[in-house]
Amino acid sequence: MIIKTPSDLTAKVAELKAGFSGKTQLLVSLGTCGIAAGGSPIAAALRKHVTEQGLESKFEVVDVGCLGLCYCEPMIEVKAANGKSLIYGNVTEEQIPAIVAAGADKVAEGLQVQATNIYYPEDQEKPEKKVVQTRIALRNSGRINPEKIEDYLLKDGYQALAKVLTKMKPEEVCQQLVDAGLRGRGGAGFPTGKKWQFAAAQPKGQKYIICNADEGDPGAFMDRAVLEGDPHAVLEAMAIGGFAVGADTGLIYIRAEYPLAIARLKKAIEQATSYGLLGKNIFSTGFNFTIELKYGAGAFVCGEETALIHSIEGKRGEPTFKPPFPAVRGLWGKPTIVNNVETLANIPAIFRKGAAWFKSIGTPGSPGSKVFALAGKINHVGLVEVPMGIKLRDVIFELGGGITDGREFKVVQIGGPSGGCITAKNLDTAIDYESLKALGSMMGSGGMIVMDEDTCMVNVARFFLDFTVDESCGKCTPCRIGNKRLFEILDKICAGKGTPEMLDQLEELSNVIKDTSLCGLGQTSPNPVLSTLKNFPDEYKAHIFEHRCPAAVCTAMLNYIINDKCIGCGLCARKCPVNCISGTQKTRHHIDQSKCIKCGVCMRTCKFAAIDRK
Amino acid sequence: MVNLKINNNPVSVPEGTTILEAAAKLGLKIPTLCHINWDCFHVEHRSGSCRICVVEVTGKPNLAPACCTPVAEGMDVHTNTMRAIQARRTVLELLLSNHPKDCLVCTKNQNCNLQSLASEFNIQTIRYEGEQTKLAVDDNGAAIRRDMSKCIMCRRCETACNVVQTVGVLSGVNRGFNATVAPQNFLPLDQTACVFCGQCVLACPVGALTEISYKDEVWQALNDPSKTVIVQTAPAVRVAIGEKFDMQPGEISTGKLVAALRRLGFAKVFDTDWSADLTIMEEATELFGRIKSGKNLPLLTSCCPGWVNFLEHQFPDQLHMPSTAKSPQQMFGAIAKSYYADLIGVDPSDLVVVSIMPCLAKKYEAGRPEFAPNGVRDVDYVLSTRELASMIKEAGVMFNSLPDEDYDDPLGESSGASVIFGASGGVLEAALRTAADWILNAQPDGSIAYFEDAADSPIDFVAVRGLEGIKEATVKIGDLELKAAVVSGLGNARKLLEKIRSGESQYHAIEIMACPGGCINGGGQPYSFCSCGGSDVLEARKNAVYRADEGKAIRKSHLNPSIIKIYKDFLGHPNSELAHKLLHTHYCAKK
Amino acid sequence: MTCCCEKTESALEKLARLEPEKTAQLNAFIDTLPIGKDIESNRAHLIIALHQAQGIFGYLPSEVQQLIAERLKLTRSEIYGVISFYSYFTDKPIGRFKINVCCGTACFVKGANLVVEQFSRELNIKEGETSADGRFFLGVLRCVGACSLAPVVMVNERVYGNVTPAMVSQIIADCKD
Ligand SMILES: Cc1cc2nc3c(=O)[nH]c(=O)nc-3n(C[C@H](O)[C@H](O)[C@H](O)COP(=O)(O)O)c2cc1C
Ligand code: SF4
Ligand code: SF4
Ligand code: SF4
Ligand code: SF4
Ligand code: SF4
Ligand code: SF4
Ligand code: SF4
Ligand code: SF4
Ligand code: FES
Ligand code: FES
Ligand code: FES
Repeated sequence: MIIKTPSDLTAKVAELKAGFSGKTQLLVSLGTCGIAAGGSPIAAALRKHVTEQGLESKFEVVDVGCLGLCYCEPMIEVKAANGKSLIYGNVTEEQIPAIVAAGADKVAEGLQVQATNIYYPEDQEKPEKKVVQTRIALRNSGRINPEKIEDYLLKDGYQALAKVLTKMKPEEVCQQLVDAGLRGRGGAGFPTGKKWQFAAAQPKGQKYIICNADEGDPGAFMDRAVLEGDPHAVLEAMAIGGFAVGADTGLIYIRAEYPLAIARLKKAIEQATSYGLLGKNIFSTGFNFTIELKYGAGAFVCGEETALIHSIEGKRGEPTFKPPFPAVRGLWGKPTIVNNVETLANIPAIFRKGAAWFKSIGTPGSPGSKVFALAGKINHVGLVEVPMGIKLRDVIFELGGGITDGREFKVVQIGGPSGGCITAKNLDTAIDYESLKALGSMMGSGGMIVMDEDTCMVNVARFFLDFTVDESCGKCTPCRIGNKRLFEILDKICAGKGTPEMLDQLEELSNVIKDTSLCGLGQTSPNPVLSTLKNFPDEYKAHIFEHRCPAAVCTAMLNYIINDKCIGCGLCARKCPVNCISGTQKTRHHIDQSKCIKCGVCMRTCKFAAIDRK
Repeated sequence: MVNLKINNNPVSVPEGTTILEAAAKLGLKIPTLCHINWDCFHVEHRSGSCRICVVEVTGKPNLAPACCTPVAEGMDVHTNTMRAIQARRTVLELLLSNHPKDCLVCTKNQNCNLQSLASEFNIQTIRYEGEQTKLAVDDNGAAIRRDMSKCIMCRRCETACNVVQTVGVLSGVNRGFNATVAPQNFLPLDQTACVFCGQCVLACPVGALTEISYKDEVWQALNDPSKTVIVQTAPAVRVAIGEKFDMQPGEISTGKLVAALRRLGFAKVFDTDWSADLTIMEEATELFGRIKSGKNLPLLTSCCPGWVNFLEHQFPDQLHMPSTAKSPQQMFGAIAKSYYADLIGVDPSDLVVVSIMPCLAKKYEAGRPEFAPNGVRDVDYVLSTRELASMIKEAGVMFNSLPDEDYDDPLGESSGASVIFGASGGVLEAALRTAADWILNAQPDGSIAYFEDAADSPIDFVAVRGLEGIKEATVKIGDLELKAAVVSGLGNARKLLEKIRSGESQYHAIEIMACPGGCINGGGQPYSFCSCGGSDVLEARKNAVYRADEGKAIRKSHLNPSIIKIYKDFLGHPNSELAHKLLHTHYCAKK
Repeated sequence: MTCCCEKTESALEKLARLEPEKTAQLNAFIDTLPIGKDIESNRAHLIIALHQAQGIFGYLPSEVQQLIAERLKLTRSEIYGVISFYSYFTDKPIGRFKINVCCGTACFVKGANLVVEQFSRELNIKEGETSADGRFFLGVLRCVGACSLAPVVMVNERVYGNVTPAMVSQIIADCKD
């Protein structure tokens, strides 16, 4: 069926609603993360169980995208037609009968449900609970089958596009986005509406809109969740953008490492096209819009918009100097908008509910919500979407469940490899673009890596520089050679070969690299160095002056030694991966330091605290 | 116009001007390394990659690269704040930290932009030493040496090869610290489609790309009593070599050049101009024949080995188009090793022919197997203008105070037509001078009056002169409307050839030179011009070429007495069987 | 007299001789692309062509690069420039078992570097190398998006989560031809 008018769309939704079975849904989250954790066999077993027990009239198994509860994958959500729902985490096949038997009304015996603290501002009142997730970009992820456009339509999908195309002028679309105050979620936080106005103001002719789905920050996966869980939201937003700036072609630049997202996007484009929601003469308005996929090939710098454009053009992904900005001269020299996935995912909601609604969430300077990927030494690894202005402490300790193994919080690294670390004393900062910057960090794409007391900050800085050196395109001198030199200095410090001059060198070199690099990668790559230098000068000094790694991480400066508490049980010797522990039963064992790789396994295995790390 | 302030001095410049250009207007030179503006052939390389040109712009959070930041109304630029100076120094230190500081044993010593910056900035210590790029030196071929450990990644060579020349054998490869410029899979240049035009060598600000030098071999030969070493000098050398001795660009130093070569110990000093006249005889005969038959038009000139190589690689289906005449260098070699060797009674294998060329492709050309009959090369060694200048200096010959001396006979006398070979348009003009006489002197029986002058025949074909990449002219010779085109730079050649292949353009004769501007801008010429920042040097060299032509009594190749003599004594007539054997060649498709 | 015309087998002929099926497969894919005279628009298909070619041949030897160059009318050096830029592409054959250790931040924080070192020791190859018998390739990735299972190791399509150095020998033992 082709949807030709908004009333066609309404009719279609009515038809879908009428056909809605009222069955209790068994949602199994099958994003990359869910699948990696073993979600597919759970879904299969669930289907088998439902069929075998003849429960098809009561239950429907639905494959959904990711709800963000990575820490407890595989998971099953039992959801009744009345909205009641129970979420079970770390599900095993054996638990399936009990879960199904209990239904949505009561918790299956012997099992625990996961609390989610999620609310959906588009169709719910804000709950009284203190700390809650506020889902706009992730409103459908984990709640609909991303491979069925019908599910999206049932969630008011493509209503925003219908409204924009039939009731608004392009200028009004841009203006509404400016009014909403949406800022780019891909890193820099540039006002999206302004960017659109910029491109709309360019002379008529070929223009492009590109969705940046390169998501290269290691430890960040919110864009993946959106694409895998709710691909149509992105397509709809791109079409709205195309209308606003006068582009008839959209391209999604997606990293090749996301095969599942690619497959789901392809399917979504096909379905939207077959409904006439993409293609020619959409909603009979004369507006044409098509979307193509373009693939990355493993280069972080291709997330930078000019590099991304070169990559689509089939070239090396080297950034070029701006101006000219892509909105003036972009893909093949034509005006081009580049927007991040999450930015786009917010847009249909803004046009359904209005600018004022969006502005009512978040802070005046940074309206709306932001998705963060929590990872590292935190209990609830996964995705949270929170209103801007929330306190870091609430994100990490309330929603994130605190630090693993009861260890002490040390820092949270926000903004990926080019961000900075934030220490305990700033945990009460209200998160927005400006406050993070003021702390020497940045919003970046929203990766939050939590580190505990066992982390060596010099080693962390070294790790990030290693990443930068690997991912620098090599075009400009400060980034190509400067970052290499920064890395080499940090490497020496970690290897116990630091010298006092290095402290000044690190700082000066970092500042010059920031000041002179051609693109955002080099302009931010020294941030981890500067922020660890500022917050943890004593750790640097301990490495340099005392040849000591306070967190006992830098292996060159530490040894595992068996003390006289050893009873000679031999457990450590069996576990040691390089077999460098010797000793006879019941006598004190000995570690051959020349072979020891300092993995720490022995120390963790010993039940008698007989191994010291010095 | 846009108004701004640089170091508090107001300046007004057109929109689109960069800070670099605006500063130059105020007499401020901001250091650059990667930026290059070849204004004479309308290509600007603006990669913005070296970051040595950073300046402070009030209100901008980061330093701005002057070479690619456009000015804006009310802009407030400071080029010499401590912040900018420190940043530039650090950037330079970083470059040097990844550079073998081999200046004393580097071909580019005293001609190197990196070296001069280090000296201008007075760099004394390098604080950030660390790992250095190590890459094997490619000196496999005959012409170009690549030592990427000296590369500073300005990427000018890439633009020269890919944009100016459209040969496309160089590309940025790898990334991050390992990034460098290389041909596919790091193949040696001689296994690629490289034509050895050497434009990349001219573009390289450091010693990463240089010529392969044969100075040592030539010294060896000069000191070998069993060898007779003769030398030929190409037309464009005489208008450029003076620059190496602090003369003004465009000074003609033919006489000093000859004298210097004698001082170096060459047995005879001959002139490639002489064989250029010979080339015209053969080529004009071919042109005359093709015009008459109306077949196989247009005739393309074949004296530039860079261009010939380009054709063989890129247009293997068009090999019938160029004249089969060898280049003047190879004609000279062939005659030297046959006629001249005979004349002086020396065994060809004991006669060493050295060429002084503005060109690196000639080094490659001399090594082509078909130019070594029976394994004896017609031309043994090719030195660039730069290498010769260095030999002269090494030998302590005081170039500037030498008297003017004349070339030796019999391979030294030349007409004005041959000296203009040095500039783009010259070969065609020379051929036209001769062909015009032959057409105007049409013989009733259809034969050619080879050595006759025609009354009122044209000499100056001004329309084909100048530095533009593509020039077209229709010249009227008698009843014939001869359509000609002159192309320099291989990018332009590609454009024209594609039009010819598709039948879109039709000409009688086309001159093609690989180097933009012709041999005056050859890959072996003095570097000095590449930092001048304007086309003045090329313009001066070009004008000198035409001045040299005007200064000649005889200005047509077929009237050169030595040429007349060699046909009478030895070759018979143009395109005779012997001429064909010695003076013509064929082309091979290369894939 | 010899000259440059002497005929030797060209790279493309060699490829067609050694790998006829794979070459045909790649050619068939390129046939589906809208390749024309305009080099700029041909270039836009380069990366997808390289993805396909690497899928077919396992890597991108110089002959395959040349084939793509000719079909897309691009220069060989620019294709090599692109291949050597993107970490996904390789011009060297790589091992049958592609062991990739995630070294994204989440995995690093949980000790991924120790896992890499252990693989390196047990397989006696460095990161980015293939073992002499052609069985194992050891590489690192930056976040495969399964941070909850950090540190993560992927062997071809198979995912191992919460990997410790002690698990490495078992993972290697799991690789059976
Ligand atoms: C080195 C570098 C990497 C980047 N990576 C990404 C990325 O993976 N995804 C993204 O959306 N933006 C990335 N950006 C930001 C983009 O350049 C661009 O600003 C953004 O896509 C614009 O979209 P937005 O305005 O919706 O945020 C990166 C920037 C830099 C400098
Ligand atoms: S800053 Fe780094 S990534 Fe950006 S252009 Fe320079 S070298 Fe390339
Ligand atoms: S630290 Fe690791 S390698 Fe060293 S002795 Fe203990 S278990 Fe063995
Ligand atoms: S595990 Fe502990 S007690 Fe047992 S042998 Fe090792 S060091 Fe001794
Ligand atoms: S390239 Fe320049 S700086 Fe480098 S060694 Fe040669 S002369 Fe010295
Ligand atoms: S010599 Fe000419 S063709 Fe060869 S690499 Fe240099 S610029 Fe390119
Ligand atoms: S080889 Fe020379 S011209 Fe080419 S990038 Fe390196 S320094 Fe620049
Ligand atoms: S134009 Fe002259 S210098 Fe340049 S390659 Fe041709 S012959 Fe040599
Ligand atoms: S002469 Fe001047 S303008 Fe011409 S190429 Fe050289 S530097 Fe450029
Ligand atoms: S459960 Fe999918 S991102 Fe974690
Ligand atoms: S000269 Fe401006 S960046 Fe190199
Ligand atoms: S950092 Fe390893 S999976 Fe994300």
